[in-house]
Amino acid sequence: MANKILAVLEQREGLIKKSSFESANTAASLAKDLNASIEAVVAGDAINNINDISKYNVQKITHLKNSDLLNYSASGYTECISKFAKDNGFDILILSNTAMGKDLAPRLSVKLEAGCVVDCVKSEVSNNEIIFSRPIYAGKALVEVKLVSEKKVITLRPNVFKAQVNESASAPEVAVNEISSVNLKSRVTSYKKAEGKLDVSEADIIVSGGRGMKGPDNFHLVEKLAEALGAAVGASRAVVDAGWRPHGEQVGQTGKTVSPTLYVACGISGAIQHLAGMSSSKYIVAINKDKDAPIFNVADYGITGDIFEVLPALTEEVKKVKQS
Amino acid sequence: MKIVVCVSHVPDTATRVKVGSDGKTIDPAGVTYVINPYDEFAVEEALKTKEKLGSGEVVAVSLGGDSSKETIRKALAMGVDSGVLLKDDNYRDSTGVAKALSEEIKAQEAQLVFMGKQSVDYDNSIVGQLTAELLDYNCVSVVVKLDIDGEKVVAEREVEGGREVVETALPVIITCQKGLNEPRYASLKGIMAAKKKPIDEKAPAEYTPTSEIISMKLPAGKQPGRIIGSDASAVSELVRLLKEEAKVI
Repeated sequence: MANKILAVLEQREGLIKKSSFESANTAASLAKDLNASIEAVVAGDAINNINDISKYNVQKITHLKNSDLLNYSASGYTECISKFAKDNGFDILILSNTAMGKDLAPRLSVKLEAGCVVDCVKSEVSNNEIIFSRPIYAGKALVEVKLVSEKKVITLRPNVFKAQVNESASAPEVAVNEISSVNLKSRVTSYKKAEGKLDVSEADIIVSGGRGMKGPDNFHLVEKLAEALGAAVGASRAVVDAGWRPHGEQVGQTGKTVSPTLYVACGISGAIQHLAGMSSSKYIVAINKDKDAPIFNVADYGITGDIFEVLPALTEEVKKVKQS
Repeated sequence: MKIVVCVSHVPDTATRVKVGSDGKTIDPAGVTYVINPYDEFAVEEALKTKEKLGSGEVVAVSLGGDSSKETIRKALAMGVDSGVLLKDDNYRDSTGVAKALSEEIKAQEAQLVFMGKQSVDYDNSIVGQLTAELLDYNCVSVVVKLDIDGEKVVAEREVEGGREVVETALPVIITCQKGLNEPRYASLKGIMAAKKKPIDEKAPAEYTPTSEIISMKLPAGKQPGRIIGSDASAVSELVRLLKEEAKVI
């Protein structure tokens, strides 16, 4: 029997996330390779950009609707999405590996008695089987893995699979499925936004500081360059452990694994656990006084100079170029 | 109340990973194994919770080979009361780990379970949620703040750009993220006491694998790039390259 693929989308405040559209788009190309059908599902209250799904090559979407589904509820989402998947015979579920996707995917896999593989960076169909690649040891190695279970739940790393957008697609078929009551055994009661800051896990450009910054008071230099570049501020484990910066900014094996377009490492020597978390960035700039620092082994461009002279000059130069 | 904390014995984060002779797993030669860093937050939170309640028992459970006892001893030295080793020398996928842990948590009748948000070897970050679903427990993942009052559980979990405040109830599995607490150091007295604490050895529950590792390889190494200069005069060339060559600004 042909596979039935379901792209499980994520919305926040009524807007489906870009990473969800991207994973749905990858799901659609897998469907083509497997000769499978593809549909999407989203749980939420009102959703404003639901029609956009057809631009990502998915023509049918079901909206599981209830005001209690506005915010993520692990119990509520698991129950209504797994029921929808079961009732309609979907055997492959694909999500984006976001905070919600990572939390929800394994739960769905238990309900569906499916295998679960997360954080995939590559997917290939060979002999009608999907082979996934995923990083382990924070990217120090990669494994190729396949699910041998009949049903499968998969999450894809955001920003890795590039979506092919079809701007002229006609509107999709939208089914609204009113959910009568939501299981709220576990529910999100509020969201605390980190004030005015870009998150390293979502940023396109990251400027990170390490021990070479010599103290928390000097991080304004990193922040200023980040501001000029429209970047998020990151940090090495050493400075997080020293209490100079919050742990949310930590990049590396016990922090976040990132792959932005541009990563600027300031006063970071490049410990193995740090390199593991950022060396898949597209372009890496390193500024460090020590020309033998391991960070230069992964950097595309390096300046072996005093961070306290180079950083302010670089910030000014970026501002000048951006204004011109 | 009985609290279970799940701990995993993993290669230290300073490890230079090499592929083993089977082409599927890490070469263990010269690798130092430690308690999974995120599990230290789990141990600390379990101990803090017991101290707050004024009574109870904390049991550390680990799935793995004999060497996992070192990690159990580390938890015992921090103050955990006893340990259980679910002995299995072979690789298990997350489903297999969750199956073994869920059976043991059931046997322990624990209403509160802590574990790290992920182990730093396979980086799956799904074992807590899988285990909870198998047990029909609640689960909050990637927790950076926790408040348990009677049956009620309020946890803050890290999400993109902020935190979600989650309300739920016991029985619950909490997967711990850095920032939740400052793990205590084991005192000399604790290390001595740990030697006398019991570690129960059991066979883990059987399971059917749901996934298969085909191969493990190292990522293509990056070629070192160019050193543009050694002082602030190099910044204009750097910015030109970023704009014209890399096209990233």
